[in-house]
Order: sequence, then C-alpha cells, then structure tokens
Amino acid sequence: MSAVALAAETWTRRHLLDVDQLSRLELEATLDLAGDLRGRRATGELGEDARRLVGHAVGLAFYEASTRTRVSFELAARELGATVVDLSVAGSSVAKGESLVDTMLTLERTGVRTVVLRHAAAGAPYLVARNAGLRVLNAGDGAHAHPTQALLDALTLRDALDGRLDGRTIAIVGDVAHSRVARSNLHALTRLGVRVVLGGPPAWVAGFQHWPGVTVASSLRDALREADAVMTLRVQLERAAGGGIGSLGEYTRRWGLDEERMSWARAGAPLLHPGPTNEGIELTAELAASERSLIGQQVTNGVAVRMAVLSLLAS
Amino acid sequence: MSSRQIMGADDLRRALVRIAHEIVEGNGGTDGLVMVGVHSRGVPLAQRLSAMIREHEGVEVPVGSLDITYYRDDLTKIAHAPIVKRTEAMPDITGKTVVLVDDVLFTGRTVRAALDAITDHGRPTAVRLAVVVDRGHRELPIRPDHVGKNLPTSLDENVQVRLSETDGVDEVLIARSPAR
Amino acid sequence: MTAHFGALTGARATFLLSGVRVVDPAASSDAVRDLAILDGRIAEPGDLPSDIRRLDGDGLVVTPGFCDLHTHLREPGMEGAETVASGARAAAHGGFTTVCAMPNTDPALDEVARVRWVASLGRDASARVRIIAAATRARAGEALTDFWELAAAGAVAFSDDGVALPTARLARSALLAIGPLGLPLIEHAEDPTLAGGTLMRAGQVATRLGLAGWPPSAELVVVERDIALAEETGGRLHLTHLSTAAALDAVRRAKDRGVRVTCDVTPHHLAMSDSWVAGDRTFNWDEPRAAESDSSGEGLDPLRAFDGRCRVNPPLPFREDGLALLGGVADGTIDAIATDHAPHPPERTLVEFADAAPGMIGLETALSLGLAAVDAGCLSLAALLAALSSRPAALIGEERGLRPGADADLVVFDPAGHWRVERKTLASHSTNTPLLGMTLPGVVRLTVAGGRVTFDEDMGLLG
Repeated sequence: MSAVALAAETWTRRHLLDVDQLSRLELEATLDLAGDLRGRRATGELGEDARRLVGHAVGLAFYEASTRTRVSFELAARELGATVVDLSVAGSSVAKGESLVDTMLTLERTGVRTVVLRHAAAGAPYLVARNAGLRVLNAGDGAHAHPTQALLDALTLRDALDGRLDGRTIAIVGDVAHSRVARSNLHALTRLGVRVVLGGPPAWVAGFQHWPGVTVASSLRDALREADAVMTLRVQLERAAGGGIGSLGEYTRRWGLDEERMSWARAGAPLLHPGPTNEGIELTAELAASERSLIGQQVTNGVAVRMAVLSLLAS
Repeated sequence: MSSRQIMGADDLRRALVRIAHEIVEGNGGTDGLVMVGVHSRGVPLAQRLSAMIREHEGVEVPVGSLDITYYRDDLTKIAHAPIVKRTEAMPDITGKTVVLVDDVLFTGRTVRAALDAITDHGRPTAVRLAVVVDRGHRELPIRPDHVGKNLPTSLDENVQVRLSETDGVDEVLIARSPAR
Repeated sequence: MTAHFGALTGARATFLLSGVRVVDPAASSDAVRDLAILDGRIAEPGDLPSDIRRLDGDGLVVTPGFCDLHTHLREPGMEGAETVASGARAAAHGGFTTVCAMPNTDPALDEVARVRWVASLGRDASARVRIIAAATRARAGEALTDFWELAAAGAVAFSDDGVALPTARLARSALLAIGPLGLPLIEHAEDPTLAGGTLMRAGQVATRLGLAGWPPSAELVVVERDIALAEETGGRLHLTHLSTAAALDAVRRAKDRGVRVTCDVTPHHLAMSDSWVAGDRTFNWDEPRAAESDSSGEGLDPLRAFDGRCRVNPPLPFREDGLALLGGVADGTIDAIATDHAPHPPERTLVEFADAAPGMIGLETALSLGLAAVDAGCLSLAALLAALSSRPAALIGEERGLRPGADADLVVFDPAGHWRVERKTLASHSTNTPLLGMTLPGVVRLTVAGGRVTFDEDMGLLG
C-alpha cells in the first residue's frame, strides 16, 4: 500500500484549517508521509505520487503578501502534478471590492477544487469552508493559525531529536501573542507530547498561562533551561513600536538569542525560526548561520509537508 | 478615476421625504416658508421639496433660486471668493422663513455668499439650510439644519449629487479626484 | 406562521381570555383566571357583554407588555437593515409595546425636527416608538445637544450609544445639564483606548483564536467614572448593556450609597459566552462543554467558528460573568433587560470576523432566551417579566399593569411552545443572529399596545 493511502486511512478531513483538527495519530501519519515524500523527491523517485494531482486544479489565494510560503505551496502542488492557479490578489477583482466569499465561489466555478488561502483576518478560511464547496488549506489566517508551518516545524524537530518528540521540552521565544506560527505549534507540539515553555515580554505572552501543556517563563534563561530545542519568532517591527513593550533594543538584550545564550538550553539544542529572520534583533546572524540552526531544513520540509497535506486533502 | 455610489435613487428619495417633513416640523407648519435653491442642483432639489410639501400638506411653498459662481483667478485652483452672478425669479422673502437648499455642503463659502445674496433681496425672519450631503471640512462656522447624509471625506475626494433633472439619474457618488 | 400585525391607530380591542395565567409583577400577582378587555381597556370582572369574543387562555400566560430601552431602528439612513415600521413589527412579535430608538442613525437624532419626524413615523407603527436623543451633536463627543428642547420634543433619554462620552468633563456636563429634566443619560461603557481594535472578550478563547481582546477593565473604568460623576452632580445615570460582574458590583455598591444609577443587560449577554466565537452553541446556564482532551482531533467547527454574527459591543462575556448578570436580574440590581436590537444586512455580518458589523437582532428572541433561563432555574418568571416590562417602563415614566380601567397593554405567550428562528418566522428585515436555525421556547401569541392588537398569532383577533 502506498504511503499516501496508508496515511489517508487516518485522515478524514476535507479541509486543513488548523492542526487542532488532527488527532495525534493523524499528526504522526502526516509527518511520516511528509518524510517519505521528502526522501523520494530528493532521489527523484516520486513514482505515481508525481501524478497524484494531475487534473486537479489548486488555487493559491494569498491576500497577504508572501513569497516563501506561496512558492513552497506552488512547488508542492506541481511536484504532485497539479494545475496551479495563482490568484494574484492585487490585479484581481478583489481590488475592486469583491467579497472574499464571492471571489472563492468564482474560483470554484472555474473548476478549482482546492484553495490554499492566506488572509489577514483570523477565521477567513472557516468562512470560505462553510460558504463554498472548495477544499480549504489554511496558509495563515491573521494571528490564528498556520497549520503547515506547525507540521514542518514538528517534522524538523522530530528528525533533530532522534525521531522522538514525546516527553521533550521545547522553548518558543518572542511575540507569541500575535503569532499564528506559535499558536499552531502549541496545538501540534502539545498533542505530540511535548512540554512547551514560552518566553517573551509580558505583553507578548499574556493569556497563555492557561493553555494546557504550556508554561510561561519570566526570563530567557528560565525559558531555555531544560529546552531540547528552541524556536524564536520574527519580531514584527511594524507592531513593536507602541505595542506594549519598550524598545527593540531592550527586547534584544532580554530575549535575543545568540550562540552563547543557546548554551543555556540542553547541550546541542537546535534552533528553529519560521523566517524571514531579523538578524540582530531576535537572533544574531552568526546563530542563524551556525550548525545549530535548522532554518534550511525547515524550508525543505515545508515543501514535503505541503505535498503530504495536498495529497491527503485530495484523496 | 473610479467612483462609488453612496446613495441610490431610493436613498435619495427617502432622504428628501424626511427633509421635507423636518422642514415643516421645524417650522411648526408651512406658514411663511420659502425654498431657495442654490444653482445649479439646489434648484431642482428645492422644487422637489416644495412638491413633497404640497403633496403632504396641500400647501404651495414658493421656490426661488440663486446663482453663485466662483471667481477664478487661476483655472487650476479652486475658488477663493464666490460672487453672485445673477439671480432668477426670487419670491418675496421679507418676514418669511427661507430654506436655502444645496446639494453638497463643503467649506461653507457658497452658503456664506448665498446668505449675503438673500439679505440683498429682503429681510427674512430666519434662514435655514438644507443639504443632501455634508462632506465636512468647513472653513466657516456653518451648520446645516437639515442633512440627507453625513459623509466624512478627504480633501482629494469629490462628492457628486446627480439628479434626473440635470444628469438623467438620481444618485450620490464619491470619487478620488485625478492627480493634477 | 399565520401572524398578523396591527397598528397603534387600529380598532380598540374587545375580548375575553379565559383561564389564563395572569402574571402582573408590579402587583406581585400570579394567578389563573379570566382577563377581559373591553374597548381597549382592562375590564372589571362581571361587567362584560354576554357575547364577548372568548379566547381559550389555557396554558397561556398574560403579562404587561414589554418595554425595550435600547433598540436600533436604523431609520434614517440604514433602511436596508430595518425601518421604524419593520422594527416595530419585530417588537410586537417579541411582545414589546414600547421601544426606545437609539440615535446613532444617519444623520443622528440630535435635532428637534428629526426627533419629531421619527416619532411621527411611529404614530401608526406596531409599537410605541420613544426617542432617545443624542447627547452630543452628530454623536461627535464635542458639543452637547439642546437637551431642554429635545426633551420638550419628546426625547425620553439622551445617549451617544455606540460610544461612551469621550471625556469625564463632557460626561459631567451632560449629567449636570440633564439632571433637572429628570431624564437619564444612557452610557455605553467602553473605553476606546482599551477596547479599540479589539474583536471579542480578552480571555482564553481570544488567546486561542488569535483575536485581539477587550479586557473587562474597558467597561469598568467608564462605569466607575460615570458613577463618580453621577454621585457628584446628582444626575441620573443609566448604564446600558453591562457585560461584566465587576461592573455589576460597582453598580450595586453605588446603589447602596444612594447614587441615581440604573442599568440594563441584553439577552445575548445573559445567554451566550465568548466561546460562541469559537463555535460553541451552549447557553451559559447549560453544562459547559467538556474541555477538549489533548488526543482528540476535533478542532473548531468550521460551520460555526469565527461567525461574524457573534461579534457584538460589548463582546460576549465569560460564562461566569453571564451567570453573575443573571443573578443581577434575579436579585434586582439590574433594572431591566434591554435587547440592543442591532439589525445588519448579510453583507455586513457574513464576512470575515474582523470586518463584521457588531450587533445582533434581539427583539423577537428576548422572551425566549429569558424563558430558557427560567426553565434552567436561574431566574423566576416574575423577575424575568418584571425586567422586561414594568421596571424598564418605570425608567421612562410609562405605566405597566393589568388593573381594571387601565389601557390594555399586554402580551400573551405560550411558555411551553417552541419556535424555530428563521427568515420566515422573523418580522425584522434582518436576520443577523447566531440563533438563526435554532429552536427556542416560548411563543408570543398576542400583543396589545394601548388597547390595540398589534400582533396576533392564531388568536383570531386580526386577519
């Protein structure tokens, strides 16, 4: 039985709106499938998977600018043989004030079956899922969710930690409150048995103390202590000003990561970052380029994870 | 330059019906009312209001008109100082309550000029102002007594009231002015 | 539904309701008996024509007509969502005989002529329309309106609802000026610096959904400010749509000190909680949904999560606050249930949550939600009905009672009946409520306002 078929037995969703929909079994099956696809893609042995989505039109609807994620999805869809329709938002009827749902219905009428949607409004993919017949893959909705990012992060971490996430401690540092990457990671990692420790200025971690399986640390040292791996988030510069914290300088001094501070975590703890990085702010250039950094693996795993999800949604 | 419709024919009609009622309510009846439309679109608007009052109250409210043009010292600039070009038939306004009617209230300079013109024609007891759209940015302390719609605008926008009498259709549009 | 609507200018009614449960909160009476209306007035028993039209009241409840202190009729300016006429029909369907129209129309109800005009639209509507005039011109929070003249034109209260008065100084001036009129300043307690840009109640659900949250302090700081100002000036303050236990406690303490403050709460704040934004549809008095176990893969319900119709100002409360507010209605600290009926067309609510216009319709579902709370044991029927009728009416100087000789102003409902909330059963032009599609208890059968039947469902008096 093909890897996709095996995984598909555990996956019953029409949509991937957030990782919180996936059971632990589904999560692990998806990660396994992604790992399998990654390997066969690297050696050019995709076989029938390269034709899995032939005749299937996938629409990319990115209402928020993004190059890396959009390219990653496009590559993933093409690797599976899909026809890709890029809804270039700026030039489309969206600019003339057409509603999101109307645009998606038009897309559906042209024969597109799956839409990969990124939107600034939290909940937008849910609105589309209940008002159109398209399969919806959430590529990021406001500060709410970014499920494929959490999946690729989990895959990257699992590989780096000897194939086992259960019982591990992972630190996430930065502007958690406004991060969809953080939220989706919290769902995925806690479901996979990970203990998550959050670190950041109070305004950026407020409210998370109640999240099951999550602790909030009051200093970087406390956040990193016992961490098997560390993830830091991009400081959204446009938000930081007047956003309830002091200066960026203070943020860097209290919460910025460098090679020396990484030693506060467990020996050999790797570093993740969803990109793009602000070198000199949340992490140093040296750290980003060092052997600890798994940023490159994250990008590679991104395509594999998106191939896995697209295959599963289409099946 | 794309324009957006702020009010359609129905919205405009509803607003005028309401303004007509407010005018009568505010005056405690129709006695002494005179409508004076500011050229160009204020005139058909004044006529419509008078017709609505006639239909509802059975009373003929006289309609006059004023023509205010702008003194342009430079064709590319908006006017500084409006002047009265000519006035058409103006009913007797002494001792009356004049309701000045215009389409859009903006800086208030046109209304100021109209007020001056009115007092040249007689001594009304009171002058009230009725406009379809108040778009803000007043340069003079003038407040409309009756307004169809308050529409906050930016200075680079243009509000246009179109009427079937002058433009073939009833609507209110807002558009970004083309860069000069 | 074979429902018929009547007008305030219709024929005065004559009929007898036999064996009906008569609940008159103002008279503290609750008994099953006959109730007769003769030429639009409550009749003395025994003083009736032998051929009087008899209606079977078995199983039905009759109580004084409801009075809503907070309704948005959207006229002038937003007639697509509702008009005075359609809003009054929605009111009659909900058992309301008086609605107070909020002034945040376009243009605002800040001028005497405009107030009179809206009032004139209400003259032949299906419910009495009282006007709440704006407290400041164009509700811009700068210049006070002409309170004396607006009161003379019929305004029953003043409010900039939609926003709080922006400065303590302005609120103090308003309270001082309105005080001698004996009319209340109705405040929408929301501090824009704390609540600005937020979409729901700050809390665990907001954290999970990634939506900016409005902390309870945003309501409390304005409540405490206004109570202090009312206390100092002696003015009458009414706080509308309270949504937190903390604000309720502040009002309770102020009342104990003798401050002239009153307050109301909406049915949706009593019944729904912030988890409705995440897709939950259990009421505050139901058993809470078990916290999602870590290994189950449910996620948020795509059919209900982020439903724009759950966006409201103030936002849906924590469940504990909803229950505290129910306690406030039960113990009388809360003076009234007011619907904050806020109609919006679908293009403003069936959109991304961040773009959804806040507010939901509520005139037609208020009684039903209240009866569900009574069924759950949170509230007595008498307290519910008092909070819907006699207590709000008293705040605007209206009487509510079923004494012989009085003009008949009442509602007859079937507490055991159920109805499904849908487009064809709603009289409002708008359908923006998350209750759409749900079946609720309590069916209004007859509404009589000022002696005239304004709503009749299968009672045979109209149509």
